[in-house]
Amino acid sequence: MSPEFPKKVRSDLNPSRVLTFRIDGRDVSARADESILIVARQNGIAIPTLCHLDGLSERGACRLCIVEIKGSARLQPACVTYPRQDMEVVTTSERVVAYRRKILELLFTERNHVCSVCVSNGHCELQDLAVELGVSHVRYPYLYPGYPVDASHERFCVDHNRCVLCLRCVRVCDEIEGAHTWDVMGRGITSQVIIDLNQPWGTSETCTSCGKCVQVCPTGALTEKGRSVAEISRRRRFLPYLQMMRERRDER
Amino acid sequence: MGDRITIEPVTRIEGHGIITIDLDDEGGVRDARFQVTQFRGFEKLTEGRPFYEMPAITERICGICPVSHALASGRAGDAILGVHPPETAVLLRRLCNCGAFIQSHALSFFYLSAPDLLLGMDADPARRNIVGLVAAHPDLVRDGIRLRQFGQQVIEMVGGRRIHPAWVVPGGVDAALSGEHREAIRRMLPEALAIITRTLALFKQALGDFSAEIETFARFPSLYMGMVDGDGKLDHVQGRLRIIDATGGIVADAIDPVDYRQHIGEAAEPWSYLKFPYYRPLGYPDGLYRVGPAARLNVCNGCGTPLADREWAEFRSLERGPVSSSFHNHYARLIEILYGIETIGELVAQPALTGARIRALAQPNFPEGVGCVEAPRGTLIHHYRVDDNGLMTWANLIVATGHNNLAMNRGVLQVAHRFITAAEVPEGALNRLEAVIRAFDPCLSCSTHAIGRMPLVVRLRRPDGSILREISRS
Repeated sequence: MSPEFPKKVRSDLNPSRVLTFRIDGRDVSARADESILIVARQNGIAIPTLCHLDGLSERGACRLCIVEIKGSARLQPACVTYPRQDMEVVTTSERVVAYRRKILELLFTERNHVCSVCVSNGHCELQDLAVELGVSHVRYPYLYPGYPVDASHERFCVDHNRCVLCLRCVRVCDEIEGAHTWDVMGRGITSQVIIDLNQPWGTSETCTSCGKCVQVCPTGALTEKGRSVAEISRRRRFLPYLQMMRERRDER
Repeated sequence: MGDRITIEPVTRIEGHGIITIDLDDEGGVRDARFQVTQFRGFEKLTEGRPFYEMPAITERICGICPVSHALASGRAGDAILGVHPPETAVLLRRLCNCGAFIQSHALSFFYLSAPDLLLGMDADPARRNIVGLVAAHPDLVRDGIRLRQFGQQVIEMVGGRRIHPAWVVPGGVDAALSGEHREAIRRMLPEALAIITRTLALFKQALGDFSAEIETFARFPSLYMGMVDGDGKLDHVQGRLRIIDATGGIVADAIDPVDYRQHIGEAAEPWSYLKFPYYRPLGYPDGLYRVGPAARLNVCNGCGTPLADREWAEFRSLERGPVSSSFHNHYARLIEILYGIETIGELVAQPALTGARIRALAQPNFPEGVGCVEAPRGTLIHHYRVDDNGLMTWANLIVATGHNNLAMNRGVLQVAHRFITAAEVPEGALNRLEAVIRAFDPCLSCSTHAIGRMPLVVRLRRPDGSILREISRS
């Protein structure tokens, strides 16, 4: 799950190489260990993301941040692609936008995303992306899987019907809380996030009930019980703070 | 078996239905049915969902009375939690319900039925719709639109949006009412009151022209059911059920909605998707009872607000005993709008209305809950069962239109007997068949896309099913 670029150590002794490249025709400079996504955001260039969350490791799961790189036939996810000297990156070509929309439509078809009765309605990152990318129709048949809701936990509820497999919950539980209660099973679109050894949440012995997974979920998949439609509120400011505190402890 | 006449679809109602008239060999009316041909399946599709999602899901049953479904669902949720919502939440639910009644009744009266009532049952169907009404009675239509807007604005200010507000929650409501919105509602009241006063006067004047319809629009003795408070006054949200017989005698009173099954049974017929509830002690189909505006005014001892009480007394003097013609639902709707406006006036005067304590929190403590409210069209019952984690395992919904199903069918038959012979099927007769249904204002689904523009086809069928004659309205 760690990025392919080696973790930095003592930057004053082993400084990262600074290089220059171009994003959408603009000259930008970057450290070699900064992803294209980070550099683009530093320069005010917006790239849509779903699985990315500041404070968590990159996963490259959703593919919504794909960009075009001159000389490469394949589109590359900006969050896990690192710049090279003189690279030319295009973030909003017709091809890129069409693929992003397609990816988003496929996400909608895989599970049952019914905004009108969803706890996240109006606060949902998937919904926001659909608006941002102008997804007014879904051109593919819906799969309508019938996942059961797991409401066995005293405070929280998981509805796999609304999961987009961004794996933020898995990462925050592993990297920040340190419990690694969440994981993934299965392959492809039959993948599913699971608790411990695929058991009801309420029976988990590793879950600390900290609720970080609920706070980072981009859709209505992880919720506090009793919250009605459109009532979710996510608090995520703890994430960069906790990450900073962890790093400080590691340095001691 | 003789010929068959089919009216499909029935226009200016909410949803999709068919009227079928079976004729005998001499051309007389043998039988008549009102069939509901759409299937929604909410009871099944909510299985497995958390019970606290139910208000928002069941609201989607209807775009006109979502507030009623949300309130019934919220009350069922209250019962599953085992809590009493705080005083402010109860007041706000009542306020929202008043807005819902006003807008829904205004829709039924002005948009759907006024074309029949003011242009005449026999008017040219090309003109007999809301557009024709605008040409003939622009002021009345403006009044109707304004009144409906008032109701919708109350819902919006209280619940956040006009249609499908996700605001009622188990244990109370989701958002408090601001002082500004309270004032805004108060300021709108005089205009609404003036409109309903005008409309009531106009309607009472016109009543004389409809003696044939009053006589035949489901005019027969039956039971009536509605919710009343401890004093027997109208109570749409927190009341208990009362059932009276055709003479006005109370046969069951102060029924806790939890016990509805002791009094109400449900039958099904293979030719309709709408269930047929009946009064259990009398059996099916003899236990025919009616709900809705006229039924409510029949069962209560008065409305409980001064102006509406005066109108109620006049209404009840129409007949000795309960008012038995369903035509008078139109009349009762206007009285209930007046009652709603007066009740809003009382509610906005209460200091507790803008309180901050609006929700009782709890875990699901009981495996079963029943929520019952009066929806604009009649009594609405939501009955849920949940598992230990609060996930739905079973639901039963009895909507107002269901309660009236037997009565509507008998009403259609009554009108068919009076206005139809096989030799002659005048357009006005077809319209009366639809109008008797409209008097009940059935809510067969969730939208009003039928405002008289859908093609109406009547088929006269031979016994072997082949078509003898086809009449199209388009």
